[in-house]
Amino acid sequence: MLARQILIDGFAIRALYALGAVGFTLIFGVSGVLNLAHGGIMVIAALIGWFTAGEFGAGPYGGALVGILAGLASAYATYLLVVRPIQRSRAIPKEESEIFVLTGTLLWGIMIQTALAYKFTDNPVTMRPILPGVVTLGGVRTPRNEIMIAVVCWLVIGLVWLLVNRTRTGKTLLAASMNPRGLTLLGFELSRVHLVVWSIYGVLAGLAGVLLASFLGTGSGNAGQLTASAFSIVVVGGLGSVSGSLLAAYLVGYLETLTAYLIAPTLRPIPALILLVLVVYIRPQGLLGRR
Amino acid sequence: MCSRKTAFRSTCVAGILLTTIACLNACSGSTTKDPIRIGVIGEESSVAGASLTKAAMMAAEEINAKGGVNGRSIQVITYDNHSSAAEGVRAFQRAVSDDKAVVVLGSYLSEVVLAIEPWAARMRVPFITPGASSNDIPKRVHDDYEHNKYTFQATTMSEFVAQSVCDFSHDVLVKQFHLKNAVVMSEDAAWTKPLDARYLDCLPKAGLEVMDHIRFNPDTTDFTPIFNQIERKHPDVIITGISHVGVQPTVQWHDQQVPIPMAGQSSQATNGTFWKDTNGAADGVITRNTAVPGVALTPKTIAFVEDYTKRYGLPPAYCGYSSYDMVYVVAEAIKRAGSTDPDKLVEALEQTDYIGTSGREQFYGRDDPFTHTLKYGPGLITGVHLQWQNGKQVAIWPADVANGKIAFPSFIKLSAK
Repeated sequence: MLARQILIDGFAIRALYALGAVGFTLIFGVSGVLNLAHGGIMVIAALIGWFTAGEFGAGPYGGALVGILAGLASAYATYLLVVRPIQRSRAIPKEESEIFVLTGTLLWGIMIQTALAYKFTDNPVTMRPILPGVVTLGGVRTPRNEIMIAVVCWLVIGLVWLLVNRTRTGKTLLAASMNPRGLTLLGFELSRVHLVVWSIYGVLAGLAGVLLASFLGTGSGNAGQLTASAFSIVVVGGLGSVSGSLLAAYLVGYLETLTAYLIAPTLRPIPALILLVLVVYIRPQGLLGRR
Repeated sequence: MCSRKTAFRSTCVAGILLTTIACLNACSGSTTKDPIRIGVIGEESSVAGASLTKAAMMAAEEINAKGGVNGRSIQVITYDNHSSAAEGVRAFQRAVSDDKAVVVLGSYLSEVVLAIEPWAARMRVPFITPGASSNDIPKRVHDDYEHNKYTFQATTMSEFVAQSVCDFSHDVLVKQFHLKNAVVMSEDAAWTKPLDARYLDCLPKAGLEVMDHIRFNPDTTDFTPIFNQIERKHPDVIITGISHVGVQPTVQWHDQQVPIPMAGQSSQATNGTFWKDTNGAADGVITRNTAVPGVALTPKTIAFVEDYTKRYGLPPAYCGYSSYDMVYVVAEAIKRAGSTDPDKLVEALEQTDYIGTSGREQFYGRDDPFTHTLKYGPGLITGVHLQWQNGKQVAIWPADVANGKIAFPSFIKLSAK
């Protein structure tokens, strides 16, 4: 019974974390950018979605849609206002550009978090679940919304996989991650490829933010934690690897849930962090990483 | 007047500047019509911490409209500590050294107040917290009175919060609903340590056996494991001690339809915005609070809540009540002391006997185990227990102020025995 409970409870939330992390790892794979404003972008989507759903009476679907669009808009803003100017700056040596991007997105994330805290306070908010009510699943009382979230997440992750592996656009993305110089020699504009991957990322982060708000609830105070969680999932799974992120999301997630159930809820994040350190020591490229 | 020669120019400018500064100092020192400055350190990004500064400004404006204190107006200077102890200390130093505040009010976070307390002692300026409830704040005053006497706690301290929950549990949960056992669920923070200790002591005396005591990380976002762990014990009620978290556990309790009622202290549920923040998942949640909108604890409560709501668009948070009261208490203390000298002010504050917005406010004295915290008890301050029902906070305890009856949402299965 306890095992079933742990299995079912962890499933949806891990799918949600995986969804957030997939976009994060795609950007790294394709353009070498670690976006530390990730949590901030998810929270923007959640808060704007909540605000439109409630204040403008747009309802859960309208709110979700506006939230996802807000996620997309903030992903573009992050790329166009922070990342691209740093990458193109002549004042920053090429080999140091990654660390400047890292710092830039970190500061951008803090700015987003502080701005959100002043506009919406740091109180978390929740969106009305799209499917209310509960069903009993293998003896475990499970909210319908949770099942829907797990299904949506897996569907979207499947779509991303198809997009990357089975379409022309996806092949361009893969090529950009393997040999960007070769791609430019073939006549592809690298900045357009980057814009495509940031668009995919924006939709994924926006969707993850909106779903998170309708499931656990979220607020500006959670932004740092969300970034950290995506970061550790991606490091454990292997930077740039989509399937690695999925595997790591479940591994890290169940480790946390097991700790909360079997040891103490206070110690919840510790074993996952130990795993992170071990991976960095023993297998720095991550479980399924290529480099 | 000044020579055009360069050599003299700088001397001349410096001379004029010095004379101006000297004059300014003399001017500000010689008149008694200078405003009395009160520093207020809030947390502008949280509902509670923002209410604290707003309420203080409102009180100051009211006092000034009625002619001020001994002909002097009150000037409230606000600061934001961004929920950080280090920034709280810096704000306190700025308030005292740069802005010449004679009294500082501040913060609803015990961690911040405990950091400022020694600075109030070092800089010898009265410091009153309208919201932080750790027992250690008044205990330090008791243990080293000569140094720490400048700090006052104008909110119900954790132990008394727990006592109030136990008194409510005895009168309502045990006597009315015949509940027999409880699980205590608290966040791991400075204010909940004494709270939990008192819960474990007084709940059994009130008639609720404590089956389990769960403390969790305040960063927790997924409460499913905690609720499942609690459910497996089959308690009749969950007694909470939460403030850093609130919206998330409430929403998950509702969405997962945990069949056990929640009572205790859930500070976010005391905010007027809680219904909207949780999309109505708050329905049925019970919490202790300083006051409840629409309930006249004293003749001042309703007018205060109405004016505040009209002015700021939402009702005051729990520490808004005491922050508002404390500006009046300080004004009266300055009148009694006849000066703003810190030691005379402390003496005058100790004599406080003020009917505020949430009850009769007096501070415990030097010989009590907890010095300079608000006295608890019937006729003074007991707090109110409220339940969220259909978007409104309904007072359910004590009986003499209750304006409604307890009603639980349909997923709650009361184990009436």
